[in-house]
Amino acid sequence: MQTTTENQTQLLPGTLDLLILKAVSLGPLHGYAVLLRIGQISGGALLIEQGALYPALFRLVRQGLLTAKWGISENNRRAKFYELTALGRKRFLQETEDWNRLAGVMATVLAAQVEEA
Amino acid sequence: MKLFAWTQFLISSLGSGDQREIEEELRSHIEHRADDLARSGFTRREAERRAKVEFGGFVKFREQGREAAGGQFLQGFAQDVRFSLRKLRKSPGFTLAAVLTLALAIGANAVVFSVLNSFLLRPLDVPDAGSLYEIQHGNEASGFMSYPDYLDLRDRNHSFDGVAAWSVSAVGLDAGENPTRAWIAEASGNYFDVLRIQPFLGRFFHASDEHGANSAPYIVLTYAYWHDHFQEDRSVVGRAVMLDKHPFTILGVAPPGFHGTLLFFNPDFFTPLVNHQQVGGVEDLNARGLHWVFMAMGHLKPGVAPAQAIADLNAVGASLEKTYPKDDGKMTFSLASPSLYGDYLGRPVKAFLAGLMLLSGLILLAACANLGSLFAARAADRSREVALRLALGASRRRILRGLLTEAVLISLGGGALGLAGSVVLLRALSAWQPIPRWPLHLVVTPDGKVYAVALLLAVASGLLFGIIPMRQVLDTNPYEVVKAGSTVKAGRRLTLRDGLLVIQIAICAVLITSSMVSVRGLVRSVHGNFGFDPRHVMLVDTDLGMAGYLGDRVLPMQRRMMESLSTMHGVDSVALADTLPLGGDGKASSVFAGAASDLRPANALFLSDTYDISPGYFRTAGTALLSGRDFNWHDDKDAPRVAVVNEEFARRLFGSVGGAMGGIFQLQDGIRMQIVGVAEDGKYESLTEDPKPAVYLPISQSPSPNTWLVVRTSSAPGVDAQQTGAVIRSRLRLVDASVPVFVQTWYSALDSVLFGPRIATISLGVLGGMGAMLAITGIFGMAAYSVSKRLRELGIRVALGAQRREVLRAALGRPLKLLMLGSVAGLALGLLATRVLAYIVYQATPRDPLVLGGVVLAMLLLGLVATWIPARRALTVNPLILLREE
Repeated sequence: MQTTTENQTQLLPGTLDLLILKAVSLGPLHGYAVLLRIGQISGGALLIEQGALYPALFRLVRQGLLTAKWGISENNRRAKFYELTALGRKRFLQETEDWNRLAGVMATVLAAQVEEA
Repeated sequence: MKLFAWTQFLISSLGSGDQREIEEELRSHIEHRADDLARSGFTRREAERRAKVEFGGFVKFREQGREAAGGQFLQGFAQDVRFSLRKLRKSPGFTLAAVLTLALAIGANAVVFSVLNSFLLRPLDVPDAGSLYEIQHGNEASGFMSYPDYLDLRDRNHSFDGVAAWSVSAVGLDAGENPTRAWIAEASGNYFDVLRIQPFLGRFFHASDEHGANSAPYIVLTYAYWHDHFQEDRSVVGRAVMLDKHPFTILGVAPPGFHGTLLFFNPDFFTPLVNHQQVGGVEDLNARGLHWVFMAMGHLKPGVAPAQAIADLNAVGASLEKTYPKDDGKMTFSLASPSLYGDYLGRPVKAFLAGLMLLSGLILLAACANLGSLFAARAADRSREVALRLALGASRRRILRGLLTEAVLISLGGGALGLAGSVVLLRALSAWQPIPRWPLHLVVTPDGKVYAVALLLAVASGLLFGIIPMRQVLDTNPYEVVKAGSTVKAGRRLTLRDGLLVIQIAICAVLITSSMVSVRGLVRSVHGNFGFDPRHVMLVDTDLGMAGYLGDRVLPMQRRMMESLSTMHGVDSVALADTLPLGGDGKASSVFAGAASDLRPANALFLSDTYDISPGYFRTAGTALLSGRDFNWHDDKDAPRVAVVNEEFARRLFGSVGGAMGGIFQLQDGIRMQIVGVAEDGKYESLTEDPKPAVYLPISQSPSPNTWLVVRTSSAPGVDAQQTGAVIRSRLRLVDASVPVFVQTWYSALDSVLFGPRIATISLGVLGGMGAMLAITGIFGMAAYSVSKRLRELGIRVALGAQRREVLRAALGRPLKLLMLGSVAGLALGLLATRVLAYIVYQATPRDPLVLGGVVLAMLLLGLVATWIPARRALTVNPLILLREE
């Protein structure tokens, strides 16, 4: 995980939840590993304050999208592992679709040129 | 769905919200990060340090995490409570003031609500109290009817599950010793069956026990009388006792909670109405024209609406009117609750208690406003602490929760204290017997409803004044506050706190205005002209019927009693009357023109209070004879019938006092009376009444066993009233020891008519005092706060040469301006409110310069007292010390 650099992007509000769902959708992960996974798949382009991850995780658990249970990590330390629930998977697919649609529309809008007569 | 969310919330808060678990998870994260950093070449120590820094605010994320997990509300709450208690312990003065303020306000509300609850809300202690109605006349708030009319109503209606009747009477009870006076409820045979109650001991009397007049000499004791006078002796059942010299048999004892159906009358026992004549009643059971039965009541049949029942009763009434035009006037009916004698007492009591509840609610509101501004000031003083906590990562929600917890803790403390105080007060009130002669016990016991209301009020008021400083906290900008110290914006516009203070002062002014108005009214009514002079007068009250004196034996006995007292040392004169004005048991007669021949009630000119008096009554009672003569003992059965009337009577019948002299009129019995004198007007039934006609008849022409001896002494009986009373009793015992007598001063006999105004004045006075106290603390708090906030500015002003007056104006101008604003608003509202008071308190008029001046003066004094200390503080500002401190 890198320290702050210039080409890192600040997260849009509300996107952290989706990123977490994405990271966990590939298999159960503990909190630190979620961060690593996001860093890895984004190529380190996203800036996430490390501690901020946890309120988001707990919120998702409370919404019933994730389950959590204690286990042993690859570093041989106790850690809490998060996994998608069925509801979480459904929400993840839904939100992915929404995001893609929005991103597509935004891209189209921003790419539009002034048409010449 | 809600339940599901709630359980999920509970489970999640149990499962993941645990603080230790969250900490462990966060720490595990940091360890993992440190592992990675160590692998990339840092020493373990450096790696851990960096991992911690990268992680960010540990405490902040732990708290946010906990909130996100929805967790540990209870644990957080316990923490809040502990923190608040610590905070409160640090400022004991503030805490004490706040708790006491609330204790007073909530206590007042609890007391008023308890009274309201036991008088109006709590149903009578009989089964199905909700469907029990008193049959009341349609055109006046009274239920008096004749016995035959009652029987017709009972038997001919189709709406009631039985109609019972009862009447109030006093008897001499002789259970082996000298007779004692007891108050009884004479009840119809079906009384207990209609009320659906079962005896505690023995049996009740029933309709089947009645076989005509004087056929059922039975007694049912109330539990309290059995307890007090028969020591709960179970063998009383079947015992024979003498009532007014007639043998009666005790049948049984009523259940403990039952003491009749009237809240303001606790009878000692019950006797059948058919035995009316044996217990001192002079009225004939069969006389349809004598409307002496006090009340008829019954349960409506299931499914019958009150309106239907009224129509049913009116139909019976109309037929009675037509059949007995000579005896029955207008016979329409309405239904009312029997517990407060229908609308007669019910309406004023309801209005008064509602008003009192409103006022005490206002007191609580004022207290809340007061505490709200105190809290706001406190929050402002604590802005630095709040800013620090915010900067350290506490959430605003958490800080607000803490403040609210503090507020609710204070209000719960105040509520508990107030409730405890009110319970003590209510005990005293329940034990109190306000009117010595009348068996009245105001049993006011707080029940679950009262406790619930007190708790609700406490929590609600805590939340109310707790949220007042909320915006202040939400607006706090931690960086500004920490940088600049407390932020004083020299705002000139009215803030929320100013508004609260104005409202509070206005409420206080309302209370002070209404209590002053009622105190003035009371003073006037006590010193007003009653139409008699109660000073220096002792009264002896007895019923000769209780000792068996009836018919022709009454008058000689009464004369002997008068003679035995007239020779007493220190006695100026003695007179006698069957009832006294303002005595509470007056009687009224229909008055007809002298030439009238058709004496049906509808033809009566007016109703006149009637008093049977002995010669010398006017001089002894202090009632001025305006013209004509007093009675003498020659106005007896063989002489022409004569009467003395009051001015109002003379004016109504003859137009003037002079015209009435020698005039002739008739009463119901058709005997023509000649007016031989005119006396001054007075008060006869209540202090608030308009002038009423009254007629005095010589006792030797219309004897009555009801006896009030009026004994005028040469000096005030005040101190030695006891002694004089004892001498009177011993003298009368020599005449006949079996006559139960009750001796008191005329003033204490007036207690019953003054009871209402007195209660009103006391309660308003107490509330007014509380309002004043709240206003003082409110203004004081505001002034002290504004002085302490601007101390530095004041110091600079002094240093620059400001005069004392200017300093004072700068420091206290604003609180005083608010005081004026509030007072004016409150005075205006108070004057409106006192219109209601005029119904209860005699001559309660707000258009009284003394009241207006008094209120203004009181408010000024309040302002002076409240701003005295802050003003002194502002004046003693020492600029040198102040400026050095910075």
